[in-house]
Amino acid sequence: MKLLRGSIATGLMFGIGGAYLALVGVLMMMQKRPVVFGAFSLGHTALLLLGLGTGAMVARHRESRAVALGLGLLAGLAAALPIALLGLTIATLPLQAIFIAASPALVHMLSFGLAPPQGAAAMLGVGSLAALSGAALAISPPRLRRAVIAGGMAVVVGGVFQELIQLILQYGGPIGAVRDFLYTWQGLRPEGAAALFLAAAAASETLSWLRGTPHAAGADERRRRRFIAAGLALLVLVLMPVLAGAYIGQVLMLVGLYILMGMGLNLEVGLAGLLDLGFVAFFAVGAYTTALLTSQSALALLHLTYWEAMPVAVLTAVVGGMLFGLPVLGVRGDYLAVATLGLGEIVRIIVLSDFAAPLLGGPQGVLDIPKPRIGSLELASPVALFYLTLVCAGVAAFIAWRLENSRLGRAWEALRDDEDVAQALGINLVRSKLLAYGLGAAFAGLAGSIFAVMLGSVYPSSFQLLISINVLALIIVGGMGSLPGVVLGAIALIALPELLREFGDYRYLFYGAVLIVMMRLKPEGLWPSEVRSRELHAAEEPADAGMIPAAERP
Amino acid sequence: MPLLELTGVHVFYDKIEALKGISLGVEPSTIATLVGANGAGKSTTLRAVSGLVHPRAGTIRYDGTALAGRGAHEIAAMGLVQVPEGRRIFGRLTVEENLAMGAFTRRDRRAVAEDRERLLTLFPRLRERLHQVAGTLSGGEQQMVATARALMARPRMLLMDEPSMGLSPMLVEQVFETIRAINKEGVTILLVEQNALMALSIADHGYVLESGRIVLSGPGRDLLDDDRVRHAYLG
Repeated sequence: MKLLRGSIATGLMFGIGGAYLALVGVLMMMQKRPVVFGAFSLGHTALLLLGLGTGAMVARHRESRAVALGLGLLAGLAAALPIALLGLTIATLPLQAIFIAASPALVHMLSFGLAPPQGAAAMLGVGSLAALSGAALAISPPRLRRAVIAGGMAVVVGGVFQELIQLILQYGGPIGAVRDFLYTWQGLRPEGAAALFLAAAAASETLSWLRGTPHAAGADERRRRRFIAAGLALLVLVLMPVLAGAYIGQVLMLVGLYILMGMGLNLEVGLAGLLDLGFVAFFAVGAYTTALLTSQSALALLHLTYWEAMPVAVLTAVVGGMLFGLPVLGVRGDYLAVATLGLGEIVRIIVLSDFAAPLLGGPQGVLDIPKPRIGSLELASPVALFYLTLVCAGVAAFIAWRLENSRLGRAWEALRDDEDVAQALGINLVRSKLLAYGLGAAFAGLAGSIFAVMLGSVYPSSFQLLISINVLALIIVGGMGSLPGVVLGAIALIALPELLREFGDYRYLFYGAVLIVMMRLKPEGLWPSEVRSRELHAAEEPADAGMIPAAERP
Repeated sequence: MPLLELTGVHVFYDKIEALKGISLGVEPSTIATLVGANGAGKSTTLRAVSGLVHPRAGTIRYDGTALAGRGAHEIAAMGLVQVPEGRRIFGRLTVEENLAMGAFTRRDRRAVAEDRERLLTLFPRLRERLHQVAGTLSGGEQQMVATARALMARPRMLLMDEPSMGLSPMLVEQVFETIRAINKEGVTILLVEQNALMALSIADHGYVLESGRIVLSGPGRDLLDDDRVRHAYLG
């Protein structure tokens, strides 16, 4: 009885989630992007995934197959019910005056193009079948499950990012032939999708076969694999813009800037535990300094080259960071977040003000910032600037990594844990905190400097609070205090929404959802630092953890 | 001349006067103890000495120098090190990393390594737990970590805040054994305790604190026999 109720509740939860997505308009937006051209849209894929997820969720850890499948079917029905009802309601009531998204097109989508009653029945049928498949998948052997999931993911990724992939595959010869087999110019072909599914499934199968039993892998082995994967990802990141052109270059450059800022904020929040919501101020300082020192406009103070201006911008940001830190030295925790939020806004408003307008240009900003040059080569294209960002990020990552393992890094960790004790051990609170703000600001200043030449102009409106929040979100999702985590977080939170550009307006909805899910399932982040994961899992360790020989611990 | 000397120290938390003119002295290489009830001002006295709160009036002299205006980290660097109350170790670091934090101000790596060895001999339990996350240790072991961490700074004087708090009687016994052993090596100790019986029995000199004032002082043994002390603290 309890099982039944639980499954129905889970199903309803998923269903209400789906209905919500439909009502706010996300689903219709997804509907516009095909996964398999002419057959399958992203919107329907989302509904299908919802069903699969419901089934998999309730069928997990069930002993008996019949029970698992039965519960899956039931949960699927429960999940389809709210969505089907929504379709019926919109078809009969004029809801669009209140919910703009409740359009006839949505009805058409939710009822698969059938008349409303038949459509609702179809939705129930499809929902329960999807959940049944999900349940079957959940109780099938792991290798089969992995293969199916790999195949499905390949199709979804291949379909959703078809423009991008086609752009990369712009060659003649055998590559061109493969491309033409998989894609029409509008999207993935059904036979292409089938081939992609089979290829990915086979690849996954081969991989599991090569690895042997997956769970036997020790911690060292897993670490090694993770680093190999990270290395490959980095290689792709480096080569991608050359292969895929200016648009990808632009997106990756943005990711690079956020990685720079993420590494800086990571020093403050991740290591020193100083929750800073005014981080965008340092980004602005770096951008404006670069602008004023290199611009061709009337506001320019000097006409330096970019390479002369960049170090000045970074130093100005450091000084700015320390000045910023002074008033909040004695403020801790939540209060610090609010205080820094205020400081960040003060900087933006000063820049915007009439008072500073003769110097900073007020709302018009500073224009005519020349691109950096190396000899006679002008770094004007997004791809060229991306490589500039990449080099800077590489240098910054090295510095951040050295800092983490330095005396200063240890002092920050001690301060984060306990300010009083840290001081009692001889750690200089004032100096360490100001250095955290100053060095964190240096990274943001560098990012701001590149940002200024990327746009060729700076405006106060580019330095909104949202940037601070984005940076904070990406280090939380990536894993506090972890450098690889910053990269993963930036890709997940900056690159993905940028690539799915029609979802631009819904980005923050996804942010919220992703953050909540992450905090529930993986609070330590995608790639946590060792110390942080220890902290979060210390409570889960058995009480007699001391009995485990030291050699077996990481 | 006393190694540590407080003269007429007043400490305020906003408008509340926590210490109302404390004067005391700790002779080199002795154990002094401050006993008293909760809220009498024992911890505040230690916080004032280690520079975490600043007295509004009075002077604190350590080794002949006035401590006024010095930051907590400078005082620690002078060899006056606090073992904080309760479980204030770095819970997510390993025992080894905690000990390394204790030697933060020291740059003589070889001597640090030697001191670590010596301390791990003094606390064999910690050697077993060296790579364990300190937050998962038992209360007694955490107290050992806090003490060992302070000793890693090679202090001339140790300020210990309630080392017996929350420990079983057997462990308390051990903790006081350790304190005596540390003192035998020449480290001066100022011990703050609620467990007046134990503290006074190992102290060369004792002070009884009551709502921010010292009401009694004398050799530890004498205070143990004092009727007023027996009545108030020993039951």
